[in-house]
Amino acid sequence: MFPKGTKRKFSDSGEEPVPSGEQGQPAPSAAARTLSSSYSLQRQSLLDMSLIKLQLCHMLVEPNLCRSVLIANTVRQIQEEMTQDGTWQIMTQALAAAQCPADRLVATEVLCRQTDMAAQAGQSPKPFSVVGLEEGYHSEEVVMDGDGDTEVTMSTLSTVSPQLSSASYLPGPFGMGPCWEEEEEEGECEEDEEEDSEECVSEGEEADRDHLTGDSRTGEQVFGTFEIKHPAPPPDPALEELFSDVDASYYDLDTVLTGMQSAPKMGPYDLLESLSSHGPTALSSSTSCRSDLNELDHIMEIIVGS
Amino acid sequence: MAGAGGDMQWCLSQAKGSLDDDVTEADIISTLEFNHTGELLATGDKGGRIVIFQQEIENKRQPQYRSEYNVYSTFQSHEPEFDYLKSLEIEEKINKIRWIPQKNAAHFLLSTNDKTIKLWKISERDKRPEGYNLKEEDGRYRDPSTVTSLRVPVFRPMDLMVEASPRKVFANAHTYHINSVSVNSDNETYLSADDLRINLWHLEITDRSFNIVDIKPANMEELTEVITAAEFHPHQCNTFVYSSSKGTIRMCDMRASALCDKHSKMFEEPEDPSNRSFFSEIISSISDVKFSHSGRYMMTRDYLSVKIWDLNMESKPVETYQVHEYLRSKLCSLYENDCIFDKFECCWNGNDSMVMTGSYNNFFRMFDRDHRWDVTLEASRENSKPFQVIKPRKVCAGGKRKKDEISVDSLDFNKKILHTAWHPQDSIIVVATTNNLYIFQDKMN
Repeated sequence: MFPKGTKRKFSDSGEEPVPSGEQGQPAPSAAARTLSSSYSLQRQSLLDMSLIKLQLCHMLVEPNLCRSVLIANTVRQIQEEMTQDGTWQIMTQALAAAQCPADRLVATEVLCRQTDMAAQAGQSPKPFSVVGLEEGYHSEEVVMDGDGDTEVTMSTLSTVSPQLSSASYLPGPFGMGPCWEEEEEEGECEEDEEEDSEECVSEGEEADRDHLTGDSRTGEQVFGTFEIKHPAPPPDPALEELFSDVDASYYDLDTVLTGMQSAPKMGPYDLLESLSSHGPTALSSSTSCRSDLNELDHIMEIIVGS
Repeated sequence: MAGAGGDMQWCLSQAKGSLDDDVTEADIISTLEFNHTGELLATGDKGGRIVIFQQEIENKRQPQYRSEYNVYSTFQSHEPEFDYLKSLEIEEKINKIRWIPQKNAAHFLLSTNDKTIKLWKISERDKRPEGYNLKEEDGRYRDPSTVTSLRVPVFRPMDLMVEASPRKVFANAHTYHINSVSVNSDNETYLSADDLRINLWHLEITDRSFNIVDIKPANMEELTEVITAAEFHPHQCNTFVYSSSKGTIRMCDMRASALCDKHSKMFEEPEDPSNRSFFSEIISSISDVKFSHSGRYMMTRDYLSVKIWDLNMESKPVETYQVHEYLRSKLCSLYENDCIFDKFECCWNGNDSMVMTGSYNNFFRMFDRDHRWDVTLEASRENSKPFQVIKPRKVCAGGKRKKDEISVDSLDFNKKILHTAWHPQDSIIVVATTNNLYIFQDKMN
């Protein structure tokens, strides 16, 4: 039924990433939890898994709202706990410290789209969706194209100045220049835009502005999925170390692996990489993976906790 | 009716469906419902088809054959659609079937997919008129000049033909996926519920529905809870309940206001802090809610348990039954493979003394409320011969495994029983595996 997992790295193999034992043991204190590195690694793995799940739902035909909401609540819970523990700050600082020439930070919407009958209900359009409505949405690629002098931090994304800008990306109203991409992506982006304009045109009699996928989705989810990609140039050792541990522990979670993991050594970030390597085209062709830049900024604010 | 559950001996009566291990996606059974007399059993599948089985009436007098059900009617209820505006496919999968109480010779049922509800009329035709003056039997018109005498057409018996025709289509009222349909005891109205809203319809009126519950937040970013199931009270036509993904059940009274956003009662069991984990909320999500036939209790199914609530007590359930507690230590892998999101249904027996629900490995569980007795049974062709009493199964949670026990790690999580149904008046149960239907009856010596 389940293929066997890889060899356990930790001796406490039976642990689940839970703050208290299921056998009714009292919950360990917050201090004890912080100290338990296996717990925090397992919690990190659960977070990664949840983010993947939310991302993967873009690929499905009809996303299940209940499942998405439950996963998002789980992510929120983990993030709250990590923020309390201070672990979240450590993670963001690690990213800030990383200086990786060709790193690409990819942020995408995580909740699957649903139409919003706001127009019918007479509600005003969502604040974050306004800008993008007429232009359509694109899969978001925030590329820090630099030679190491651009700092990548979660909290300062909004202030990084654009180095390359394509006509197909629209600047957010927050002045958050960042949606520029490398040359090779341009073709795909234009393709995106074509599809989007087709979609705009095909808007039917319903006069429901919210049919555009991005709108309902941008309004729906706080979280973004952040992927750190390590293309050909050697990745930053600090980053590598940070995430390589996570990769291994991801598989140590349980004695059994599920069919979800098709390749043994594929970590959550590899998975995300392969997803986006199918191209924004693939994602946008299913018109399911676009997001508003304004939303990214908002996401950042919330995750950083400002 | 049979006596205590412990006396019951269940035998496999029929197993319907393909013998293949390869399951055709379209054949996956997605819903199951007896009509009010139990004579008809409707099943819906992922391919949008409905198959109605009928109990063989002649066999009713012979108790051991009383649970023979044969195909009565098959029809395509819903077709796949494409929403061009959203570039999304609308699945034809039948989410729910509910029978309308019978008023005349025809049978009516409501069937729904994610977006559209349809009222189907199933009627029999076993006579046809013969002996027209101007028409031949095959329909060709006769030359009037050849008619020399007149006769009165008469009805003559013909082979039984069961026709299903769509009488009403209730469309375009749901933005989100419809998960429940429930007919009111007034037999005139019904409700349909999606993830965020509940609408009230009149059975005769298709172009209008009233929104009676709306939990959609103004800002969708604040969405943390969805509606998972809804049902009308069996006798009080003003009362309905809806369950949520956070494990709460709200009861609403439609007399209080047009929009029932304020509940009249909220049923919620406080969380056990010793069992708290990151999965607590997910496993508390209620997948099904069913009123008892008496209307005094309601039953809810969450991932690991079945709870019986007294409608007069909101603070906690009166009974809790563990379905597969051994899965609690496996929640992480069940989250990984998405099984933790499986929506199991539950059902009452005719006199509310027993309840039943499904589990994994094609196991299903029955609980006797009066005698505090429970059993695990398996729906499998290999392990059951017709009319032989099926053996209870046992799952070994850990430690030494006894001879006939099955260990948790050997359970097949792809074989899940999500849908079960209990005959309203008899000890006949129907259990749906992925693409097969198993009918069991109590031996009744």
